[in-house]
Amino acid sequence: MSPSVVALTVISVIVAVGSAIGFSARYGRRMDLEQWACAGRGLGLVLVWLLMAGEMFTAYTFLGASGWAYSRGAPVFYVVGYWPLGCVVGFFILPLIWEAGHKHRMQTQADFFQVRFGSKFLAASVALLGVVSLIPYMQLQLTGLGLIVEEASYGGIHRTTAMVVAFALVAAFVFVSGVRGVAWVSVLKDLLLLGSAVFIGLAVPHIYFGGIGRMFTAIERAKPAHLVLPGNTLNLGHAWYISTVLVSALSFYMWPHFFAATFTAKNGQILRRNAALMPLYALAIPFMLFVGFTAVLVLPGLRDGDLSVLLIVRKTFPAWFLGLIGGAGALTAMVAAAIQLLCAATLYAKNLIRPIFAPKMTEGQVAALSKLIVLVLTAGAVLLAIYSSVSLISLYLLGVNGVAQMLPGVLLGLFSRRATTAGVFAGLITGVVIAAALTLTNHDPFHGLNAGFLGLCINFAVTGVVSALTRVHVTGFDAIPAELATVQPSSAAGLQ
Amino acid sequence: MQRPALSSILLGLIPFVAGCFTVTLWDRIHPMVLGLPFNFFWTISWMVLTPLCLWGAYRIEIRRDLARLREQGGLPNGMQGGAD
Repeated sequence: MSPSVVALTVISVIVAVGSAIGFSARYGRRMDLEQWACAGRGLGLVLVWLLMAGEMFTAYTFLGASGWAYSRGAPVFYVVGYWPLGCVVGFFILPLIWEAGHKHRMQTQADFFQVRFGSKFLAASVALLGVVSLIPYMQLQLTGLGLIVEEASYGGIHRTTAMVVAFALVAAFVFVSGVRGVAWVSVLKDLLLLGSAVFIGLAVPHIYFGGIGRMFTAIERAKPAHLVLPGNTLNLGHAWYISTVLVSALSFYMWPHFFAATFTAKNGQILRRNAALMPLYALAIPFMLFVGFTAVLVLPGLRDGDLSVLLIVRKTFPAWFLGLIGGAGALTAMVAAAIQLLCAATLYAKNLIRPIFAPKMTEGQVAALSKLIVLVLTAGAVLLAIYSSVSLISLYLLGVNGVAQMLPGVLLGLFSRRATTAGVFAGLITGVVIAAALTLTNHDPFHGLNAGFLGLCINFAVTGVVSALTRVHVTGFDAIPAELATVQPSSAAGLQ
Repeated sequence: MQRPALSSILLGLIPFVAGCFTVTLWDRIHPMVLGLPFNFFWTISWMVLTPLCLWGAYRIEIRRDLARLREQGGLPNGMQGGAD
């Protein structure tokens, strides 16, 4: 058998086993919207942890981070830096979000805005921003899948073909299994990913340099600038580091799928413990970076840094092992894309289409519409993935710039009695416009500062000023009038 | 709804100061620790030290939750098991 057949067979087996786990998780459960999108709010510490952690390990950590270690050098340390800080933010706000969500039966992030600020247009805008920010993140997963299959087939299967196949698989997976299925597949995928990250992170530097220390000493001798900021770039310096770590940490749980995962927990304490332990899980990331750094001297001159892990594994190990690593990566990207799709589709149908365009829709129709939207969104992400060539981490940061703009509404919604609907709305729009304008005109970073961070600062300022000038709607979640207390006539079936 | 205690917020600020705001102080290669450039070693160590800070904050918050429970004479919302 040729090496490409061996590698692709191993990948297919891993993906098939993963999908089978996902499909079987739905047995014995009625799949209404509450079950499909929230797993009926019955997940305990372990499953919530797996769901959240599973969503954090994506193609971004698996291929993108090592890609930046290869192509940019020290700026990639921001990935290691922001992760624990994101967990700190989560530790403080998640129990409060859970409490509000539990009391008012929220299913999505936009529900939070709907209940707290009483405006379906604000909620719809938040939903739209969430979906738009998720698209580059999904595109990242599909691009990652495409790269894996292309390299595992030694160029035999073009990445476009691979991405179309991946599209069909992910959509089918989400269609059938819902959130509980995805959480279970995360178990398999995390075991594979953690195992392979630690193994190749130690083995690859050892094979080429005799150890991690010697590998870094060699890089220091050849390219000393690679290992301190701004690394192999001109404009990713200390100000960029601080602003990017801050905006990424603050928006860690602003991603709509993380926010919604909060509602799957049984209680708020689970979320606190979860956030406190989560930084340890990220210890796998440095191992992936070791691989990327090793490739700097072993495989110089790659046109695409995101390929560094796959190419160095292919160069170093037998084909079946490339298949194993590729399979772990493929499953990772699929699970991540599935959670993102599930969340984006629910947001779109529940908080955008129904309240604005079709108020008479039933819960069942929303669920059906969500599934249709799953197809449309995956197709969109596939098209973008085929026609764009941005690095994986840049795609991630694009999404971060968007979701960060929800932070003032969430924080002030929880802690301020004076924030008004108009204030939050005005801040959100200003923040998005500034972040988008700077990013799309290639001004990110702007004078050394992250564009999403600048948008966020101005967003906070505008929210504050407009809130001071306008009338308060309600002073907090405690003060919401009874007739507005729940978002929708919620489906009782999921609660029995 | 209860806001977090000031002492636990201060514990949560430690990783922010150490891992983010002070980047100019630790962004260098030497001294290398465990074979890692110093900046890389420093950021990795906060993956381990942050859970310690949060464990401290967790103890503080749990004690406050229990105090609130005694005051109200019932289980607070955040500690109920299972859905209604």
